[in-house]
Amino acid sequence: MDLYTVLRHFADSWMLLFMTLVFVGVVFYAFRPGSRKAQEEAATSIFRNETRPAASAAEPAASKLKEA
Amino acid sequence: MWDYVKLVVLGVIAVFAAIAANYAHDLPYQVNAIVVMLAAAITFIWVARRMGEPVAVAAKNEYNDGVVRAGVIATAFWGVVGFLVGVVIAFQLAFPALNIPGVEGILNFGRLRPLHTSAVIFAFGGNALICTAFYVVQRTSAARLWGGNLAWFVFWGWQLMIVLAATSYVLGGSQGREYAETVWYIDWWIVVVWVSFLLVFLGTVIMRKEPHIYVANWFYLSFIVTVAMLHVVNNLAIPVSFLSSKSVSLFSGVQDAMTQWWYGHNAVGFFLTAGFLGMMYYFVPKQAERPVFSYKLSIIHFWALIFLYIWAGPHHLHYTALPDWASTLGMVFSIMLWMPSWGGMINGLMTLSGAWDKLRTDPIIRMMVVSVGFYGMSTFEGPMMSIKAVNSLSHYTDWTIGHVHSGALGWNGMITFGALYFLVPRLWNRERLYSLSLVSWHFWLATIGIVLYASSMWVTGIMEGLMWREVDANGFLVNAFADTVAAKFPMYVVRALGGVMFLTGAIIMCYNLWMTVRAQPAKAAVNANNFVPAE
Repeated sequence: MDLYTVLRHFADSWMLLFMTLVFVGVVFYAFRPGSRKAQEEAATSIFRNETRPAASAAEPAASKLKEA
Repeated sequence: MWDYVKLVVLGVIAVFAAIAANYAHDLPYQVNAIVVMLAAAITFIWVARRMGEPVAVAAKNEYNDGVVRAGVIATAFWGVVGFLVGVVIAFQLAFPALNIPGVEGILNFGRLRPLHTSAVIFAFGGNALICTAFYVVQRTSAARLWGGNLAWFVFWGWQLMIVLAATSYVLGGSQGREYAETVWYIDWWIVVVWVSFLLVFLGTVIMRKEPHIYVANWFYLSFIVTVAMLHVVNNLAIPVSFLSSKSVSLFSGVQDAMTQWWYGHNAVGFFLTAGFLGMMYYFVPKQAERPVFSYKLSIIHFWALIFLYIWAGPHHLHYTALPDWASTLGMVFSIMLWMPSWGGMINGLMTLSGAWDKLRTDPIIRMMVVSVGFYGMSTFEGPMMSIKAVNSLSHYTDWTIGHVHSGALGWNGMITFGALYFLVPRLWNRERLYSLSLVSWHFWLATIGIVLYASSMWVTGIMEGLMWREVDANGFLVNAFADTVAAKFPMYVVRALGGVMFLTGAIIMCYNLWMTVRAQPAKAAVNANNFVPAE
């Protein structure tokens, strides 16, 4: 078989299955238990550090979330 | 030492550009070579004059907003230029006499059309994307832009690309690939600038102080990476000569067409959608002062869009030499795309839930909401038009042009205007905008302009599609092509007037932003970005 046919068969069988599984995995990952807290923190990150970069990596996160 | 290296490199570039201009095989190449020579010479003088001066040390504890300010100015400027050229060519279509004989071959419709599309997509849209990406990635990463002056190289490199492309188009330099007309050496330059853009963006994300990569950055990153891939593959070509703007594509026939529309549709999908969705996911929540409606939905929106968009290109080639299976594949994926698109639209709109009263009081949020509304409308219209039966009526007609413009003017234009209104008071440290009523004027002029544009193009597109396929009892075509052209005249005038309204709105915006910076009192300075010396 020539390369085109090999690639085509691969693309519409194993590769398709792989990509579908990756996508389903991503969706499940978004809904995993405990994701809500992390996502809330990410969603509110736009309201921090408006005028200046953060001084250190440890600063954001939990402490500020409680205030909000 | 570093300055001497720069001077040598710039000098060599200027000399070689001058030699290339002398031996050029064609006019666009010659003019482009002169532009490169001038750009290198100006940069040479600029570097030479600053030598020996103390180098300002970039403050780690401040954002790099200078390049964002420059980007805001460039966005507004190129926006007005691009809209103006659009209005001119709209009138040229209605009144062919405006293809003035004296400048035939330079300022006629065929030469101005790529100038218009590239100016609005790559100059207006591109600058908007680059400057908002720089703004958003700094704020959401809580880190200064990585790479120091590399961000400035991206900004000026992109402006040089725009000037090269514009001067090339009007003189006949073109690859004949829609939305990728730029000739081979400009394509190479775009690669250099784009990789620098990727480095600055990715470097900032890697150096981030926030634990998470905010969803807007995912969209921006996918836009940068995918556009790089599309651009490189679509522009694989062998130049005829080092001294010519002509090149020959590596692909031929239907493969060439498919590569072009794989690029073309994903330029829409990743340049005009993913990148602008990054803007939506930052500026809409910021202006509404509440986090995005559902972060989960935004993650699914992102991945669904990424997995589906890349397959939709073949719907541009229905009923051509493209194999049937490829055409059906493109159609099916286009229809599936409807769902993630509307997921994103709902996410943007519902961010306002509980704050709907802001729609009455805040014209900026109104602009953003209308923008998301147009996103929803055109992402419904697009899948519908990709269905083969619909496409057999709509393809090659003005319906396509109407669809593109409801997306580009409505979605891309309005979200960018919203972002500019958001950014200018913050970047120049002003209390508020100069005039909210001028924002309202802009809003209504732009909205009514788009409505006129889209509805006239629906009417003329469907009419023209029906006229083309009309046959008499003996199976002969009823209408000549010129009959459709004559029938379209009133709609073409309405379309041009819609364009005039949209352009007027944009000019009002420029005045408003200018006066915001000039006439509004400055807020108390917070840091060096607000023009006080660094401590």
